[in-house]
Amino acid sequence: MYDSPKVLLGLVIFLVLITFPIWYNIAGGTAEYVPELEKPVKGENCVADTEYMRSSHMDLLNTWRNEVVRDGDRVYTAPDGKKYNKSLSQTCLDCHSNKEGFCDKCHDYLKIEPYCWDCHIIPGKEMK
Amino acid sequence: MHVISSLFILALLIGLVFLGVGVLDLQYLFGVIIPYAAITLFLAGVILKVLKWAGAPVPFRIPTTCGQQKSLSFIKADNLEAPHNIWGVLGRMILEVFFFRSLFRNTKTEIKDEKIVYGSDKLLWAAGLAFHYSFLFIFLRHFKFFAEPVPQLMSIMQKLDGFFQIGVPELFLTDIVFIGAVTVLFIRRVVIPQVRYISLPADYFPLYLILGIGGTGICMRYFSKVDIVAIKQLATGLISLNPIVPEGIGIMFFIHFFLVCVLFVYFPFSKLMHFAGVFMSPTRNLINNSRVKRHINPWNPEVKVHTYAEWEDEFREVMKDAGMPLEKE
Repeated sequence: MYDSPKVLLGLVIFLVLITFPIWYNIAGGTAEYVPELEKPVKGENCVADTEYMRSSHMDLLNTWRNEVVRDGDRVYTAPDGKKYNKSLSQTCLDCHSNKEGFCDKCHDYLKIEPYCWDCHIIPGKEMK
Repeated sequence: MHVISSLFILALLIGLVFLGVGVLDLQYLFGVIIPYAAITLFLAGVILKVLKWAGAPVPFRIPTTCGQQKSLSFIKADNLEAPHNIWGVLGRMILEVFFFRSLFRNTKTEIKDEKIVYGSDKLLWAAGLAFHYSFLFIFLRHFKFFAEPVPQLMSIMQKLDGFFQIGVPELFLTDIVFIGAVTVLFIRRVVIPQVRYISLPADYFPLYLILGIGGTGICMRYFSKVDIVAIKQLATGLISLNPIVPEGIGIMFFIHFFLVCVLFVYFPFSKLMHFAGVFMSPTRNLINNSRVKRHINPWNPEVKVHTYAEWEDEFREVMKDAGMPLEKE
């Protein structure tokens, strides 16, 4: 009449599912892992400040792509007046030369798989 | 009136974050203490509510009138609408939980040519289904913020969700469906006079809250960017019971997170408990075998009866003398 075993089973299933991230972490997670970025080999400063680049670099790259591909406009003027070539492979990766040590660190941490590399080749790597 | 007052509460909650995080810099309170308190209240609230419901006795079956119950062999029984075995109940429950079958029967009443007509109304069902499934997908997608390493399934889900590769970061289709469906549910409530008449703050507030959560989430992904590496550190810190609040998390995240906490706390005390209630609906989860098995109410009082057989035994001699017919000589 009260179906207590079924209700309790339901509650146990609910608790296991809702706390799943905790069990996942205990079973084989490395929750304390913090991605360490490889410092660029050269260059004084980036095309924009660190805080902006950290959160919004994809906006900048997307704007660059549109401007280069649609308007042929390859020159980017940084806030400090310095001019850069709008190029992922030639400008960004010129300083941040190790994609695995830089781009991939945070992208893997958050399972972000940008489609930059569908077209772009990674400098120094053979095309497959 | 209720439409405005509920919106005012949401604005108040968002204002609280601006005051707490933006002005008073109480990041630890909003990033750690409130989330832990919220999840505790959520779990305790849900368990207590379900146990309270489970304490209500269900002595009888409640056959619904939408299907023929199993009776005589030459009358065709409908095992889905009036299940007579466990398989029928399972089928009915699965269709209810995964496809909202009861809602599918929703009708609307209209007066046409001075006559009342009842017609099918699938909008509520369609919007409800779209909302629940997109919310589920978004909820599961957030697992990547709690799991390190991130399972490959997350990658598949994100690729499916961002299938059309619109913009950077890719536009998630569930985001569009989610906001669209909640908006339809809201507009329906405001536009249909009968529905507006019966709508209370308890109906508007969850919709506002969910829209607020979705809106801030979308804002963070596409417009006002935040440092998601820091946010993942906060999230993994919380679930490994080793909380830290990294520097440089934007206010938009704290609004999003606080509204999620409010949703968690609000859950057990509101109509949102239908997520557990759907499993405990007696008209859905009981085998309708009232004609096969006699269900006796266990707290029926002991009734003292005096059967005819006993009565006849008592007056047998007198009746015989008077020449009255007897069942037993």
